[in-house]
Amino acid sequence: MLRAGVAVLAGHWRRHPLQLAMAVVGLVLATALWTGVQAINVEARASYARAAALLDQDRLARLLPRAGDRLDEADFVRLRRAGWLVAPVIEGAGEGADGRRLHLVGIDPLTAPPGALTLALAEGATLAAFITPPGRFLADAATAAAAAGQLPGPVEVVAGIAPGVVIGDVGIVQNLLGAEGELSRLILWPDQPAGLPDWQEVAPDLRRESPAAAGDLSRLTASFHLNLTAFGFLAFVVGLFIVHAAVGLAFEARRTGFRIMRALGLPLAALVALAAGELLLLALLAGAAGVALGYLVAGALMPDVAATLAGLYGAEVAGGLALRAEWWAGGLAMAVAGTLVAAAAGLLGLARMPALPAARPRAWARASGRRIGAQAAAGAAGVVLALTATALPGLSAAFVAVAALLLGAALVLPGMLAAALALLAGVVRGPVAGWFLADTRQGLSGLSLALMALLLALAANIGVGTMVASFRLTFTAWLDQRLASELYVTGRDEAEAEALRAWLAPRAAAVLPIWSVEGPLAGQPGEIYGVVDHSTYRRNWPLLAALPDAWNRVAAGEALLVNEQLARRAGLAPGDRLELPGGARLEVAGVYSDYGNPVGQAIVAAARLSSLYPRHERRRWAVRVAAADAPALARALARAFDLPAGAVVLQAEVKAASLAIFERTFAVTAALNLFTLGVAAVALFASLVTLAGLRLPQLAPVWALGLTRARLARLELARALMLAALVLAAALPLGLGLAWLLLARVNVAAFGWRLPMHLFPADWARLGLLALLAAAIAAAGPARRLARRPPADLLAVFAHER
Amino acid sequence: MLLAVEDLAKSHATGEGRVEVLRGASLALDAGQSLALTGESGSGKSTLLHLVAGLDRPDSGRIRVAGQDLGGLDDAGRARLRRETLGLVFQQFNLIPALDVAANLAFQARIAGRHDPAWCAALARRLGLDALLHRWPEELSGGQQQRVAIGRALAARPRLILADEPTGSLDEVAGEAVLDLMLGLVAETGTALLMVTHSLRLAGRLAGRVHLAGGRLAPC
Ligand SMILES: Nc1ncnc2c1ncn2[C@@H]1O[C@H](COP(=O)(O)OP(=O)(O)O)[C@@H](O)[C@H]1O
Ligand SMILES: [Mg+2]
Repeated sequence: MLRAGVAVLAGHWRRHPLQLAMAVVGLVLATALWTGVQAINVEARASYARAAALLDQDRLARLLPRAGDRLDEADFVRLRRAGWLVAPVIEGAGEGADGRRLHLVGIDPLTAPPGALTLALAEGATLAAFITPPGRFLADAATAAAAAGQLPGPVEVVAGIAPGVVIGDVGIVQNLLGAEGELSRLILWPDQPAGLPDWQEVAPDLRRESPAAAGDLSRLTASFHLNLTAFGFLAFVVGLFIVHAAVGLAFEARRTGFRIMRALGLPLAALVALAAGELLLLALLAGAAGVALGYLVAGALMPDVAATLAGLYGAEVAGGLALRAEWWAGGLAMAVAGTLVAAAAGLLGLARMPALPAARPRAWARASGRRIGAQAAAGAAGVVLALTATALPGLSAAFVAVAALLLGAALVLPGMLAAALALLAGVVRGPVAGWFLADTRQGLSGLSLALMALLLALAANIGVGTMVASFRLTFTAWLDQRLASELYVTGRDEAEAEALRAWLAPRAAAVLPIWSVEGPLAGQPGEIYGVVDHSTYRRNWPLLAALPDAWNRVAAGEALLVNEQLARRAGLAPGDRLELPGGARLEVAGVYSDYGNPVGQAIVAAARLSSLYPRHERRRWAVRVAAADAPALARALARAFDLPAGAVVLQAEVKAASLAIFERTFAVTAALNLFTLGVAAVALFASLVTLAGLRLPQLAPVWALGLTRARLARLELARALMLAALVLAAALPLGLGLAWLLLARVNVAAFGWRLPMHLFPADWARLGLLALLAAAIAAAGPARRLARRPPADLLAVFAHER
Repeated sequence: MLLAVEDLAKSHATGEGRVEVLRGASLALDAGQSLALTGESGSGKSTLLHLVAGLDRPDSGRIRVAGQDLGGLDDAGRARLRRETLGLVFQQFNLIPALDVAANLAFQARIAGRHDPAWCAALARRLGLDALLHRWPEELSGGQQQRVAIGRALAARPRLILADEPTGSLDEVAGEAVLDLMLGLVAETGTALLMVTHSLRLAGRLAGRVHLAGGRLAPC
């Protein structure tokens, strides 16, 4: 009996391979996108965790200089003598092969608290070789390759060190950085001996930073990962729509078979178990394929994700990907859970199936009208929730608003479509058009899931597309302002930098210093730039808000400018005062936009910078010169001083590089966008294919009364196009609402800057055409099959018991 | 001659090869006449009716309806014939699920371009559908559905009605009532009728009768 049951179940799939393919494709796509995104997230987070753990940033408190970014080694010695368990760390920038930036970290393995790194040292390079000049250095494989030959000692590959980071002995790194006797910070051991003197008395120039306040990358990038997760989930849900359509149809089609098996004595429980087992098998097989595909997707996207994180947040993530057990398990679990959710209605219907056929199978069409109404009411509540959440501050509220808006709109959609069709029906003349609209309306509930998927995909495309394009427009305008100088020149040391300036002075219109120090601003990592009074800044600097006379007051050294991020985080407005490291308090004369910079920034007069921080580096210059002369001047300069590549950079190159980084930053988003749209098109196709068989009773009478199959097929095609157009019309305002939320709420809460919203009708038109094309392609197959349908299939409608 | 069927042959493909259903069936029907088509279940009555309606194509033979040779018509031509010249009533599930009773009743007349609201209203009254005009098909009993289907066929004032066991899905009392209405209206409007039935009693109420057996038609 059970064998017979299995045969009936399997026989259906054998006779309808397309339905099986649809269910499998839906599951594979859903699982692939979900696990792909998860893999990216897990990988990136693991990267941060590695970096933080290695540098002991996440767990341990540290002592930092009150002023500037370096502390005196003497403080370290005094604290150790007083009995404090502290470990010195020095950090600074180095240069690897082909101009790649290296982050040099010097540690003292003898005093460092026991941790991952000391273990690595014990295993790898011997301690003696590490601390004795020329020393040994540790880095991950890619960084080691870039650093090889650039450092005095050999570089050993140690897996797990953050990309770009090279670790060496503190003394040797001090030497490399030309920072003898200087340290970046002291790490406080967690357990200190009892009865120590207060560290503040021993080293009054230091301040303590608790682990939570340390630059926490995972917090900074949380919103990016949340974004990715949201996209992954959206794609997953859209994929489930496909599964739902295919599985639902399979259950519907096998109803009679199930009924007969019951009549023949197979217990209902066994029948349900059989169907559930079949689904489980499907979920596991398709889920495994989905996880494998997800791995490929993640692998393809990972380099772009790494670029995004580096570009937006300054977070270094390896571009590679490890196959992790956790997302195999997670992917399969999602596939199984998703399948069960998608098939819940079918299984429930089976469990509740009466032994005798229902008297009026077609009454569902009218009942679904009531369901559409209830759904619309729930959706309206979601939209109200979204509006409420919009008024609240914070990232979570912003995301709640986004989620509620999308979900609410999706739920309202079928009701809105029904209303639109009713409206149209009131306008059109002609029996065929009237029937066409009435029939479309009646068939809405069967298509509603696919249409909701299409709505979400289109709205996400419009929303994210508008955000990215607005960002790009603002960003390029901002680049033009910020990169006003034609050349950027860096000397190898201060003496060379001064020689460069002297050489350039008679040949250029102006040579402007680019001097900066790093230090805490308003309690967070920040940077302070010094500028000279020049029309380059007065004319071009992108000020968002300013006191009158701002530049004069900055030039006079009595005021400063802050970037938008810092202003938002610290709640600063023109007229407020900001304390700089070292204690100087200057008035904020203006706020400027500084897109893409993860840290707070302040600008003071160059003279003021030098008086506040006399030891700051003076190696970089911005050169104003006629644009046409810039390349020749750059070549002449490089020849005259035998400068290495990268020491002289043309404005155009910086712009191109910045834009390239920008484009890569959003390549992931664009790819996910396209994936989601593709999945939605597949969902529509799946629904149309599965509905095609169920629609014969609607079509046969019209055919018999004198409409050709070809005409009916054209109407089916027109129906898909009309629905896609209506969905598109709904997706446009929804997408713009989403864009506004992303630009004005999510961005501000996550990154600290607000972008003006621009509208891109040409993009909408392109997307609209794409959507119609997708709908046409999705509908073409079923329509062609209808046009060629044997008359016997249609005639069977009038003959058979249904 | 309104309908002339000559030497019609038709076979169906089945799992066990082709089954010859019609092998040289011929019949003729004049305007305003009514003819019963009888035969055992599975003898090919529906197949013949479908061929006459242009819903399917014969393997060989000729069908002329109102002077038109169906063999010379393409899909669109045969659809136009059904729209403008024929009225069809099947055993069940005739109605368009998306349209209510009133719209179903008027549908064929409207697509044929012959909608006459007064005639439609008269038919609705005669068929007892006045109170049901705004109901949906699935809210009707089988007999009510068949009355709507008959009304819809007559509303377009077709020259020939093809009815395939129009009361076959109804119980005897309801079947008699529906048939009485149909025959009365057919006679009144001068429409020709070809009606399939396997009941000799019902067949006896029509002017003529042909019997289908062994794929051929014989007058009785
Ligand atoms: N589409 C079809 N495919 C295969 N066989 C068919 C098809 N339609 C009808 N038949 C077969 O043709 C024969 C005649 O069918 P039909 O015309 O419906 O008979 P009737 O209406 O007289 O009961 C039957 O044996 C039936 O099984
Ligand atoms: Mg029959």
